[in-house]
Amino acid sequence: MIGANSVRKEGRAKVLGTAIYTDDKFMPGALHGVTVRSSVPRGILREIVFGEGIAWDEFTIVTAADIPGTNRVASVVDDQPFLVGLGEEITHPEQPILLLAHSDRAEAERARAAVRLVVDELPAILDIQASLDLEQVIYSTDNLLKEIRIEKGDPAPIWAQAAHVVVGEYRTGAQEQMYLEPNAMLALVERGAETRVSVWGSLQCPYYVHGALKQLFGLPEGRVRVVAMEMGGAFGGKEDYPSVNAGHAALLSWKSGLPVRLIYDREEDLACTTKRHPSRTRLRTAFDAEGHLLALEADFVLDGGAYATLSPVVLSRGAVHVGGVYRCPNVRIHARAVATNTPPPGAFRGFGAPQSLFAIERHMDLCARRLGLDAVELRRRNFLHMGDTMATGQVIREDLDLPGLMDRALAEIHYADRRAAHAITNTESGPIKRGLGLAVFMHGCGFTGNGESHVASVAGVEGLSDGTVSVLAASTEMGQGKNTVFAQIVAEALGLPYELVDVACVDTDHVPNSGPTVASRSTMMVGRILEDAAIGFKQSLVQQGFLQEPYTAEAFQAAVKKAVAHLGRLRCYGQYHRPPNISWDDKTYRGDAYPTYSWGAYAAEVAVDLDTYEVRVEDFVAVQEVGRVVNPTLAAGQIEGGVAQGIGWGLWEEVTMKQGRMVNNQMTNYIIPTSADLPRIRVVFLENAHHAGPGGAKGIGELPMDGPAPALANALENALGPLRLDEVPMTPDRLLSRCEEVAHG
Amino acid sequence: MADQIMLSLKVNGQSHSLQVHPFARLLDVLREDLRFTGTKEGCGEGECGVCSILLNGRLVNSCLVPAVQAQGGEIVTVEGLADGQRLSSLQDAFLTQNGAQCGFCTPGMLLAATDLLQRNPHPDEAAVREGLAGNLCRCTGYVKIVDAVQTAAREAR
Ligand code: FES
Ligand code: FES
Repeated sequence: MIGANSVRKEGRAKVLGTAIYTDDKFMPGALHGVTVRSSVPRGILREIVFGEGIAWDEFTIVTAADIPGTNRVASVVDDQPFLVGLGEEITHPEQPILLLAHSDRAEAERARAAVRLVVDELPAILDIQASLDLEQVIYSTDNLLKEIRIEKGDPAPIWAQAAHVVVGEYRTGAQEQMYLEPNAMLALVERGAETRVSVWGSLQCPYYVHGALKQLFGLPEGRVRVVAMEMGGAFGGKEDYPSVNAGHAALLSWKSGLPVRLIYDREEDLACTTKRHPSRTRLRTAFDAEGHLLALEADFVLDGGAYATLSPVVLSRGAVHVGGVYRCPNVRIHARAVATNTPPPGAFRGFGAPQSLFAIERHMDLCARRLGLDAVELRRRNFLHMGDTMATGQVIREDLDLPGLMDRALAEIHYADRRAAHAITNTESGPIKRGLGLAVFMHGCGFTGNGESHVASVAGVEGLSDGTVSVLAASTEMGQGKNTVFAQIVAEALGLPYELVDVACVDTDHVPNSGPTVASRSTMMVGRILEDAAIGFKQSLVQQGFLQEPYTAEAFQAAVKKAVAHLGRLRCYGQYHRPPNISWDDKTYRGDAYPTYSWGAYAAEVAVDLDTYEVRVEDFVAVQEVGRVVNPTLAAGQIEGGVAQGIGWGLWEEVTMKQGRMVNNQMTNYIIPTSADLPRIRVVFLENAHHAGPGGAKGIGELPMDGPAPALANALENALGPLRLDEVPMTPDRLLSRCEEVAHG
Repeated sequence: MADQIMLSLKVNGQSHSLQVHPFARLLDVLREDLRFTGTKEGCGEGECGVCSILLNGRLVNSCLVPAVQAQGGEIVTVEGLADGQRLSSLQDAFLTQNGAQCGFCTPGMLLAATDLLQRNPHPDEAAVREGLAGNLCRCTGYVKIVDAVQTAAREAR
C-alpha cells in the first residue's frame, strides 16, 4: 500500500463538483459580514463615525468594546487584538476596527464604505532598515519580535588568515500564497446558559482556531467547535490567519444571534492576510586556497510586520537553514525578526528557509566565481556527509549522498553539454541568451527544535459498524493528499485494502489534536502516530478474541463489525514520542534542530530575451531524497506545484507596498504562473528510507519551494555573465537595471 | 425588490425560471439562486477562470457575465459533465492522474478542457498549455493537468 499510486480519497467529489467548500455551505438566514479596517499605518483611534444614508439600525455592529473574553488572538505571543478600540493604537493600515453584518451583501458593502475613522496619525516604520535604525520604537523597546544566535567554533581568527573572504547581501520580497479559494469562514453562536461557538471554514489548523475562540469568548474546551471544510489551497496562508477571521465571524454571530458568513473577496484577501516574510541576508564566508569553507557569518533579518504572529518560528527555521548543505567548522548566525507598520506576514510553504537558502545558494555561485572554481566543484568540495556536524551541533546520522543527488540533476539536464553549447550560441548576435543554474539544499522535517514535544500530537483509528476503519486526526486536506496518504499508511499497517480505510471529517468535536497541518509534518509525524495507533487497534482486536492472525480483509471486517456490536465505540489512539538520541536546547540553539531533513538538487535552464528582458524557463529538473515515497503520483504533484510557486517567486511575483499597504492586490497585477509560462517540471525521487516516518517517509511539501529561485538566479548569471542578481523576483525591470549596472561599470 | 426581472435558462439540460436582480452576475445566480455550487469564485474579475462555464457552447467566465445575457441560454456547469455516476473521460483522467489537488480550479479547468477538446480533439502539449492558460491553478504546476487532458484525448480516439 505504501508506494502505491492510490487514487485521491476525495478526488471523485472534486471532479464531480460536489465537494463542499466553505462558501458552498448553505446556512438559511445567514448574515453577510464585512470588516472595517484602518487605512493609515499607525495612529491612535479617536472616533468611529457612522455616515449618512445607511439604515444603521438594520446592522449588527461589533466593536472592541463588545468582546466578551480576551481581545487578543492566541498565537506564539498574544500581542494582536481582534479589533482596535477607541484610544488604542492602530499599528498597520489593514487593521480591523469594526465588524458589520447585514442580510443583504450589497448593503453590507455600502455600509462598510460609509464608516469614517478619526485617527491621530503617528509616524510609521515601513521597512527593515528603518526598524533596525529605531527611527521610531513601535514594538517593545527595540522593535525586535525575536532574536536568535547560533554559534559553532570561532570565525574571528579566520578572516585575516583565510585565502579568500567573500561577502554578499541578498534580498527577497513578500510573496502571496494565492490559494485560489480566498479566506472564508462561517459561524454560528448559540447563546444561553451554555453558549456554544461553532465555525466552519477554510483553515489548516483546527485546534489553533479552537484555542483562539476559547480565549476570545472565555469559554471552556467543550463549547467551541471548529470544522474544516474542503479547502481550496492554503500553502501556509490559512495557518494562523483563520484564528482572526473565525473570531470576527463568531463575534458577529454572537451579537446577532444569527449565522454569519465572512467571505473575503480577492482584493481584501490579498491586502490583509499573511504573506511570505520579506528578508535581507548578509553573508561573509572564508575559504582556504583549495576552496574549503572555513568560516561563515550570517546576518539574517525578516520583516515581521506589526505583530509577532508566527515570525519567531519562521525566523528560527530561516536561521537554521542559512548555512545550507555545507560543512563549516566556524559559524556565527545572528537572526532577527523586526517589527514594521505593515500587515503581519505569516506562514508560506518553506517558512523562512526559502529566504535564507536563496542567499546561501546564490552566494555559493558568487564564491565560486571569486575563487575561480566551477560552482559545481565548489559545492562538491564542501557538501555535508554522514558524521558531519551542522551549525547547531546536529550530527548527520543518515547515509547522506549530496554528490549523488547533484550529479543526477546535472545528468538529467545535460548540464555540461548544454552549458558548452550555450557558451557558443550566446556569443552570436541574436537577443536570446541561455544559461543553466543549480541549487542544492535541504529542508528540516517537522517543527524546529522542541515543537513536536510541545504539541504532543494525538491521532487515532476507529472501527465502524460496517467493519471499515476511519482515521481520526485534525490534520487537514488542502490538496496535498493527506486523506489518501493517511488511508494508505493505516491500510498498510493493518494489511487491508485501501478501500476499507477512510478518513473522518475534521471536526474538533470528533477528532483529536494531531497538531497543525504545517511544516511538512503530516506524513512523517502524524503518519507515524497513525501507524502506531493502527497496530494498537489490531492488537486489541486480537487480544480480545475478535480476530486471529493471519487474517483476510473479510475476516478483519467481520471482526470489527462484531467488536463494534459488542463494545460500542471502538477507538485506538497513538501519541507522539520524541525519538531516542534527539535533543534540543532552545536557549542556546544547540542540538538536533530537526529529526531529519529532506534533500534536493534542482537545475534550471533559462532563456533571456535581451529586447524585453523577459525570462523563459525552458527546462527544470527537481531531484530529491525524501525518504520512502508513500504515493509517487501525489508526491510528484507536490513537487511540481511547489516548483511552480518557486519559479513564480523567483521571476514574477512581486508585492508592491505603498505606506504599508499592498497596492497591486488583484490577480491582474500580481502575476502567478499560468500553464503557458512553465515548462514540464521533471521530478526525480531518490529513495533512502528514514526510520522516523511511517515506512521510512520524510516531509515533502515545503522542500520544492526552496530550490527554484537560486537555481534560476544562477542560470540567469550563466546566460548573461557576472551580474548582481541578489534579489527576487528577477522581473524584467530588475534584470534590465542590473544589466545596466554592468554596462556602466 | 419590484425591479427584479424574470430570467429563464437551461442549466445542464434542465429549465429554470426565476426572479433576479437586473445587475446580478450569472455566477451568483448559478451559485446562490440555483445552488450549482460546483462553479467557484476566485477573483471576480475575469483573471482566474475558476468560474468558467459553457454558455451556448462557448467558454465564459461567469463572474463577468450579467445574468440577463444568459436569457434563454443553455449552460453547462461541472455538475453537468458526468452521465449520472459515470464520469466523463476528462473527469476520470483528472481523478486518476491527480489533476485535481485542492480541487478549487478543477470545475473551471474541466470546462476549459472540455471546450479545448471540442475545438482540437488531439492537442499536443503546447496546445494544451496555451488552451488552458486562462485558468489558473496554484497547486499542481500544471503537469498533471496537461497529462490528464492528453490522456482523455487519447482515450477518445
Ligand atoms: S472568478 Fe471569474 S475569472 Fe476569477
Ligand atoms: S488544484 Fe488547487 S488550484 Fe488547481
